[in-house]
Amino acid sequence: MMNSLLNNNPLRVAGLAAALLLLLYLSYASLVFGIIDTSWQTVIDAYTQYNGSNEHVVIKEVRVPRVLNALAVGASLGLAGAVLQALTRNPVADAELFGLNAGAALFVVIAVTFFGISSLTSFTWLAFLGAAVSGLVVYLLGSLGRDGLTPVKLTLAGAAITALSGSARHGMLVLNEKALDEVLFWLSGSVGGRKLEFLQAVFPYMIAAWVAAFLLARPIQTLLMGDDVAKGLGQRTLLVKLAAGAAIVLLTGSSVAVAGPIGFVGLITPHLARYLVGREMTWVFVYSGVLGAAILLAADIAARFIAKPAEVPVGAMTALIGIPFFIYVARKGLGKN
Amino acid sequence: MKKYLPLRNNKESFSLLLHKQTMLYLVLFVLLILVAAIVSLGIGEMKIHPLNVLKVFFGMGTEQDALIVGQFRLPRVIVAILVGAALASAGAILQGIVGNPLAAPDILGITGGASAAAVAFLLYFESASIQWLPPIAFLGATLTTLVLYALAWKKGVPPLRLVLIGVGIKIATNALITVLITFSPFLLQNKATLWLTGSIYGVDWGDVRLISPWTILLIALAALMARRVNVQQLGDEVATSVGSLVQFDRFALLVICAALTGTAVAVGGEISFVALLAPHIAKQLAGPSFGSALPLSACIGALILVVADLIARTVFSPIDVPVGVFTSAVGAPFFIYLLYKNRNR
Repeated sequence: MMNSLLNNNPLRVAGLAAALLLLLYLSYASLVFGIIDTSWQTVIDAYTQYNGSNEHVVIKEVRVPRVLNALAVGASLGLAGAVLQALTRNPVADAELFGLNAGAALFVVIAVTFFGISSLTSFTWLAFLGAAVSGLVVYLLGSLGRDGLTPVKLTLAGAAITALSGSARHGMLVLNEKALDEVLFWLSGSVGGRKLEFLQAVFPYMIAAWVAAFLLARPIQTLLMGDDVAKGLGQRTLLVKLAAGAAIVLLTGSSVAVAGPIGFVGLITPHLARYLVGREMTWVFVYSGVLGAAILLAADIAARFIAKPAEVPVGAMTALIGIPFFIYVARKGLGKN
Repeated sequence: MKKYLPLRNNKESFSLLLHKQTMLYLVLFVLLILVAAIVSLGIGEMKIHPLNVLKVFFGMGTEQDALIVGQFRLPRVIVAILVGAALASAGAILQGIVGNPLAAPDILGITGGASAAAVAFLLYFESASIQWLPPIAFLGATLTTLVLYALAWKKGVPPLRLVLIGVGIKIATNALITVLITFSPFLLQNKATLWLTGSIYGVDWGDVRLISPWTILLIALAALMARRVNVQQLGDEVATSVGSLVQFDRFALLVICAALTGTAVAVGGEISFVALLAPHIAKQLAGPSFGSALPLSACIGALILVVADLIARTVFSPIDVPVGVFTSAVGAPFFIYLLYKNRNR
């Protein structure tokens, strides 16, 4: 079963270096190309010899936050997808499909509409809460029945929760136009146009969740052999599952808080990572993080150019890239898992 | 008492068995729709007593009442009836051929495909006549259905794979709509977004004329196919062995379903879950025979939409909440209930 592309550790390290280089190049491209093309020299000048020119303002206020957002959110989403797919043993696990994004969005809209909350920190916490609640509901609905958790049931439950929270959100926004103005930009799912404060507010949680995910890599590897085997080996499976669940919620919640709902990065990335490095979870997680960041950066650059001068929300881009992939996986057969 | 009422002409060139219970329910629901419609015609900014509404129909009402009822409220109620009936029939057809209680055109992305085509039409053929909207939406729905069927096909189409891929298609059409809207000029964006919300706000007699021929024709066509749906429900092997053209019939029915969806979307936008709810209620009442399920679904769908629209436009008055919000608020929990009920299948 180890028919992965990079099947020994030196190769994997080399592959990782290549991926990081790609990431660097994409970051550079994202900084330099856009409505106004700049140069690397200008980017450096903006920090060393800031002169308040348009270009410098654009770089400092728009481009750099955008790149940092894409990197952090992409890595978190990729990692969250990898943990989610391993935990549910489900190849089509994704925050968007499972209604986590929709739940987070609903909670934020409720808060704005009914409680007049508009501070960033509370947005963050509400997004966490929304992702956690809808994730829990979908998980419970998906594990109903004799055959337990199946991909199909999870996906359908996710679709139902997405529809439900979508209509509730929509209804509230119709009733309250002021709230619409406040949250509409956020609902569209984009890494651009967000100030760095958003990211700063959630970055500690992201870091904590990244660390937790890597610490959990080995226990999850054991868990993949089946609950009974893991228990037999002395693992406290419930504890591992809860910790992994918490990590997923932190990763998804903080990503949604920063960038709004962005789907399918978490679906594609782990497949790509597994294709490259096989089933060793530590490596899968590392690759998922790096590749997730790369995919989101690339999608964001594409979103800027495809409808120039207008910008396509990057969430729509990732969905259009992700759906063919989803259909491919669904066709390949979920029944066996 | 016999369960069926035979209906034949003397030469027996024409023969029909009518399910008595279904007939009873049909009469009941038609009456309910009439009551709901009359109530709905009377309620709004200007309240009109139901008796006065009736007077308008018989040409005895005051001029003001006649104007409000005839010009503003009646088209909206008729559109609600037509759209509800079209959606519910589409749902009944889909559930009949897919054999999956979770199948509905909006969950499988067929509605999404119709919307995407309609949005593209609204945005890029600004000057074209609105008359073209139903055929365009129908085209989008049919195309989506074909793509869905082809993608789900792998030595046959197991219902669960169809639903799973349908969920994916739905998300893809949503993303496509977002992209289409971003590409377009700002002024048109509002028009498209407003149209998308699943509302029958501000419809007029033109809309009624636009969709009534399609709706009636397509439901009649579906009714003619009733026997074939019943045969299909016995399974492909049985259906083939009794001489049914399984694949052809299934295809024809899917096209009718897509056309009905397109018709509803053309005027109502994305109104979710009516197509899921109505056929289920119909089957609970009259059993699985498609000949009963189809007309009953259509009536129930019409009733649901008339009532939902009445609530949507009065409860939060003066704000007109899109009716789709209400139908999903009821429909999504029902979908979850269905998931729960089918948990061991």
